[in-house]
Amino acid sequence: MIHCVLHDPNDSVAVVVVENLKAGAHLTGLILDENRTISLESLQDIPIGHKVALKDMAVGDTVIKYGVDIGKVVAPIRKGEHAHVHNIKTKRW
Amino acid sequence: MENTFWGYRRENGRVGVRNHVIILPVDDLSNTAAEAVANNIKGTLAIPHPYGRLQFGADLELHFRTLIGAGSNPNVAAVVVIGIEDGWTKKVADGIAATGKPVAGFGIELHGDHDTIMRASKAAREFLQAASERHRVECALNELWVSTKCGESDTTSGCGANPTVGDAFDKLYAAGCTLVFGETTELTGGETIVAARCRDDKVRADFMRMFDRYQDVVNRHKTTDLSESQPTKGNIAGGLTTIEEKALGNIQKIGRKCIVDGVLDKAEMPTGPGLWFMDSSSAAAEMVTLCAASGFAVHFFPTGQGNVIGNPILPVIKICANPRTVRTMSEHVDVDTSGLLQREITMSEAGDRLLDMMFRTANGRLTAAEALGHREFVMTRLYESA
Repeated sequence: MIHCVLHDPNDSVAVVVVENLKAGAHLTGLILDENRTISLESLQDIPIGHKVALKDMAVGDTVIKYGVDIGKVVAPIRKGEHAHVHNIKTKRW
Repeated sequence: MENTFWGYRRENGRVGVRNHVIILPVDDLSNTAAEAVANNIKGTLAIPHPYGRLQFGADLELHFRTLIGAGSNPNVAAVVVIGIEDGWTKKVADGIAATGKPVAGFGIELHGDHDTIMRASKAAREFLQAASERHRVECALNELWVSTKCGESDTTSGCGANPTVGDAFDKLYAAGCTLVFGETTELTGGETIVAARCRDDKVRADFMRMFDRYQDVVNRHKTTDLSESQPTKGNIAGGLTTIEEKALGNIQKIGRKCIVDGVLDKAEMPTGPGLWFMDSSSAAAEMVTLCAASGFAVHFFPTGQGNVIGNPILPVIKICANPRTVRTMSEHVDVDTSGLLQREITMSEAGDRLLDMMFRTANGRLTAAEALGHREFVMTRLYESA
């Protein structure tokens, strides 16, 4: 079963694609295009469609998804944590 | 892939996939008469909207271009135009009549609603009976114009529903179809990727000029970083965090092979096959209405959280890859590609499923939005009325 997917092997976040994902769950992540999987553990409950961090990130770091800059870290994020509007903001507007 | 479909060939050679007789008000004041005519003559379709009075300049030009474009769309067999006065009514009716299709215009002043409704109903009845004798004919795939715009996106849009459209667009582009995408602010963060896909420096410069103009609008009026507007509350609930992330998901819709061959102003008509960028709002009903006004016959609408939009003229095919949305809002979903996220189907198979639904829709199958009666016709405004 695929629990999360990422677009590019260098992405720092992945998208959860299953419902009711709980803290402590062992996740299999699919790298789209490469048809290769990675493993990690979730540290928090994460809703379907929301992102899980694939590495530790500090305030000011750039978040990478699709292999591209999607914004900046505004609160520290640990690998396996829920990554969303509470810890990431746009660099535009 | 099949290379023909069954459509309605119009007087100007364009091919439609629906055979509507529409009752088109020029302005807000004429909605009541238009709806009365559509109520009298069952099978015709009123297209009410809230605008058309005291507009001026580029905003007025866009109003006329949208109404004339909607009436000229090949999914429309004939049009009854109703306005409060004769001048602008005739302008819209004449604009549509240039396609060669049957059009009749009626001004309300000096007649009142009753007399106008009676006369317009007589014309509508004749048009409807004539349209009912039009038959579908076999048409070449490259005669089909297909638009796309996504809505209530979430992260599954970027990895499932949108690349499904991208795969289908790559195949339709190779087949010589006319295609369009837009949503200018929703390319923010991915604009350099779109620019790099433009055919040449002129197209690239035109695209960037439209992109920068829209950024100026945002910067001039913003009071926040637009969070909850772009991305929307629904986007955020679905897991999208920033406009950049939303944009990168959005541009999956233009596939990997299509070249951006040209750019269009709002409701402007393409002049040849290929992939066009249209400067446009990212609000679903506004953008899809502009696509209808530009002459597109079928629309691909990927959604994540479940946007329910339809359009009276342009059939809207919904694609969804979020298994929760597919389960909870199944009546709105035409193509389920949630299997992509579990590797149950390949991207090419997902694209082929969408193309299969496109052919079925073009041949006459009602979309979910059509069956549910979604007919959102929303005109884009550029600024205040005088």
